[in-house]
Amino acid sequence: MNPGGAAFPSQQEYHRIAVFGGVYSNHLALEAALTDAKRRNVDEVICLGDLGAFGPHPDKAARVLRDSGIPVVCGNYDDSVARGLDDCQCGYTDPRDNQFARLSYQYTFRNTSPKHRAWMGTFPSELRFQLGALSVLACHGSPRQINEFLWESTTPTHFLQKLARDTGADVMLGTHTGIHWERRWGDPNASPSARQEFGGAYVNVGALGRPANDGRTEVWYALLEAEGRELTVEFVPVSYDYRALALEMRSEDLPEEFVQTILTGWWTTCLEILPGKERAKGRF
Amino acid sequence: MSRALPILEAPAVPLTALDQLWFQVAGTVCNLRCSHCFISCSPENHSHWFLGRAEVREHLATSASMGVKEYYFTGGEPFMHREMTGILDDTLAIGPATVLTNATLLPQRTVDELARIAGGSMYTLELRVSIDGTTREMNDALRGEGAFERAMAGMERLVAAGFLPIVTAMQTWQDPETPEVLAAFRELLAGIGYVRARVKILPRLRIGAEQERAGGYCETDRVTAEMMVSYDADLLLCARARLVTARGIWVCPILLDSESGRLGETLQEAVAAPALLSEQACYTCYVSGAICSNTPGYTKDFS
Repeated sequence: MNPGGAAFPSQQEYHRIAVFGGVYSNHLALEAALTDAKRRNVDEVICLGDLGAFGPHPDKAARVLRDSGIPVVCGNYDDSVARGLDDCQCGYTDPRDNQFARLSYQYTFRNTSPKHRAWMGTFPSELRFQLGALSVLACHGSPRQINEFLWESTTPTHFLQKLARDTGADVMLGTHTGIHWERRWGDPNASPSARQEFGGAYVNVGALGRPANDGRTEVWYALLEAEGRELTVEFVPVSYDYRALALEMRSEDLPEEFVQTILTGWWTTCLEILPGKERAKGRF
Repeated sequence: MSRALPILEAPAVPLTALDQLWFQVAGTVCNLRCSHCFISCSPENHSHWFLGRAEVREHLATSASMGVKEYYFTGGEPFMHREMTGILDDTLAIGPATVLTNATLLPQRTVDELARIAGGSMYTLELRVSIDGTTREMNDALRGEGAFERAMAGMERLVAAGFLPIVTAMQTWQDPETPEVLAAFRELLAGIGYVRARVKILPRLRIGAEQERAGGYCETDRVTAEMMVSYDADLLLCARARLVTARGIWVCPILLDSESGRLGETLQEAVAAPALLSEQACYTCYVSGAICSNTPGYTKDFS
C-alpha cells in the first residue's frame, strides 16, 4: 500500500472543489489555477502531488503551494525528494525517457530547499472526504500504488470498479499520467430500471505542469461538484504566461525539449510510456 | 533440456493481483518455424491447440469480476486463428488488448478489420510485431526465408492504417551495440513511413528451439530463495498474470512447455496457486523483469 496512510485533516464535507496535480514546478500555471479556482467559489482546493520536475526553480511553486495552505497528497516525486532517493520513481522504462527524467530529477532535487523537502515528507498518501453524499478518495497514481499509470485507453471500467470496491470509495481522483479524463459507471446492484444511476467514478484531474499533449498551451485542472449523489465534473483549461515560463526554463539550462512542450503543447519526451491510442493523438 | 530445481527448493511467488490475462490463443501452432522460438512453435506443433472464441469469452467474463487490467494474445501465430478479429472485438469491448504477431498473415482486409475494431473502442489495441533484425539476412536467419519481407509488408499496412506497432526483437548482439541496433531499426521503419517507431528489445530465453540453436542456461542460472530476500517479486510477470490455454491455466507464456507451469483447470484455481520459480527460464525474468508485458510497469510500492 501507499506510504503514510490516510491522514486526512478532518471529516470534511464539501460541495464544490477544485483538484489538480502534477505541478512540475510550473509556478506561473499554479498561481493562475489558484486564482481561477478562487473565482469559482470552491469550498476547497486540493493538490494531488508531484510539485517538482520539468520546470524551473522548484522552490517557487512549493512556496506558492505552502502559502496557500491547501491539502497536498504525496506524489512519487515528492516522496523521492523528501527521502533523498536516487530517482523520481516516475516508472519510465525507455532509456531516452529515463535520461530526461534523470536530468529533471537531479535539477529539482538540487534546487529544492531542505525546508521544502521536509514539508513534502509530511504529505499523506491519500485523502478521504465527502463530496455531497459521495465518499471520495484522492491519491496520486492509483489507490493501490503511488506511481501507477491510469491511462484512459488501458484502464477497464471493471478494473476501476474493483479499486472502488476494495477502497470503499464512490469517487476516486488521481493524476500521474498528465492527461485528464473521466469514467463513470452505473450501479450494478440497483434494480434493472435504476441501473443507470450513479454507481461510481474515476477522475484523472490532469496536470498543471505541462500541457496535455493536445497542441494547446493551456494546462488543466478539474472542478467537481456533488448535489447528493449527483456528480458534475468539469475540466478547466488554465491560460498562463507560458512564454515567461519558457524563458525561465532556458535561463536555467533545462532541456530545450521541455521548453518546446511548454511552447507548443506537444510532448517531446517521456513518450514511450504512452499507450498506442494516447500516443497516436500527439505529434511525436 | 533446461534443468528445473526440485519443487521444494523453488521460491514461491503468490499472485499480487491479476492485472494481466494472457491467452495462448493459437496454441503452439505457427506458420513459421523460428530457430529461436522458446516454445518451438511450428505448423506441426499441436501440443497446445487453439482456444475457441466461446472459451475466450467465458474467461473474459470471469476476468472482469477479478478486475483484470490488460489482455494479451499470443501463440503460435494469433492470426492463424480464424476467429482472431472476432475475439479482439469481444475483448476491446471490455478492455485493452495486445496481440503478439509475426505480421506475416496480415492482408489488407485483416488490417482494415483491426482498424475498425480499434477505432470503435475506447481501449487501445496494440500490435507487437516480432522482427529479429534490421536486414533480411539477420531476420530470416532466425525466422525463415521470406519472413522479413512479409513482416515488413504487414507492418507497412498497419502503419498506414494508423497503428503504432511495437516492434520486438530478441537481442542477438552484445549490450554496447544496442543503441546502434535501435538506430538501425528506426531508420528501417522510417523507410516505410513509421517515423516514431516503438521498439522493444527482448532478452534470449534459452529454452525450446533457442536452446538447440545457441545453447541453454548455465548451471548457476536459477532463482534461489536467498535471491528473493530483498527482491521485489512484483517485477515478475507471474506476480501479476496468468495464461489461459486449451489445456488449463498456466503461470506464464514462457513456461508453456513445462508441466510445472500448469496451475490448474480454472482461473480461480490458478489465481490461488503461487508461482514456483523452479525453471531456469525464471532466471531471465528475475534479471530482466516482466519482459512479456508492453511495459514492465510495476515498480516497488514505497512504505
